[in-house]
Amino acid sequence: MAIQAILDQINSKSLKTDLPIMDIGDTINVHCRIVEGNKERIQIFQGVLISRSGRGIEEMIGVRRVVEETGVERIFPINSPKIAVIEVVRRGNVRRAKLYYLRARSGKSRRIIDRRRGLKHVAGIKLAGQD
Amino acid sequence: MAQMLMGTKLGMTRVFNDQGISLPCTVIAMAPNVVTQIRTPEKDGYAAIQVAFDDIKPRNSTQSLIAHDHKAGTTPKRHHREFRVSEAELKNYTLGQTLTVAAFEAIAYVDVVGTSKGKGFQGTMKRHHFKGMFASHGTERKHRSPGSIGSLCSNRGFGGGLKKGKRMSGHMGDVRRTCRSLDVVRIDAENNLLLVKGTVPGSVRKMVMVSNAARLYKSKARKQEALTKGK
Repeated sequence: MAIQAILDQINSKSLKTDLPIMDIGDTINVHCRIVEGNKERIQIFQGVLISRSGRGIEEMIGVRRVVEETGVERIFPINSPKIAVIEVVRRGNVRRAKLYYLRARSGKSRRIIDRRRGLKHVAGIKLAGQD
Repeated sequence: MAQMLMGTKLGMTRVFNDQGISLPCTVIAMAPNVVTQIRTPEKDGYAAIQVAFDDIKPRNSTQSLIAHDHKAGTTPKRHHREFRVSEAELKNYTLGQTLTVAAFEAIAYVDVVGTSKGKGFQGTMKRHHFKGMFASHGTERKHRSPGSIGSLCSNRGFGGGLKKGKRMSGHMGDVRRTCRSLDVVRIDAENNLLLVKGTVPGSVRKMVMVSNAARLYKSKARKQEALTKGK
């Protein structure tokens, strides 16, 4: 077997198949599993998806949120078992693949336009207002 | 010495363990190794097992090696290596026996030997981690130079030459290197795969030798001791 095929086979067990379709600029909820002693609980990190890098098992997402005018960014390996669920809250209309410019923005200019229309290219997602 | 097996480095990936921690792993394909010779104290003066690995076309081997492999009842192999065993262990091995990755089933740490990637002729900054010279403050055209290499008589006694082993520019890499005490992350006996934590010397598709860790690093020795006590 070719080398890449063997590596893919090893990775296939830990690859998630239930990830939502998410684009840069979307607001997402990342449900993180947090272990405290013997107990496990879920903490939700909500923010804007500002970057995506890597392929397959290496894929990472950057999520930015603003807490009391302080920016907080976390980078998650999306295939990690420590991430229970990722859900898309709102779709944003942006033109960049990396939204690092948001770091320099504040106030109204930090907002991202909601993409209610023009969703036609995303398969399996209903348009707003449709049943 | 413990059993040593040869394998092929396939590359690296990441594995999430039970706690969800991401481990950087090197994948080693351990195709079955064949015992091609048993060295006994009576005949050879020491006890050891010779194993062979990796099929090659007969035309790429030599007559004598083909015959040597044929004696063990196997096809021509590329690599032949020996590992020492105690005299008592000799009876566990037979000529032509295949050794698989399952031998590492109960082992937590392994040593991996390989040939590091060749870097060619390199300067002292890359080869020996010298600091080089200032970027400014009047330094001209010698930012990466090693600086003074000492006086001529610095090897004590007779002068005329530099101290032996003085670190200078030269060929880097392409030498045998051992990675000690690597964690065994996973063993896939079905596909003959071994996953170890961390990096392994050499490039992809190159042969590496894997054996039971000869001497653990202190922290890992302590960890293993705690584990065995817990049991």
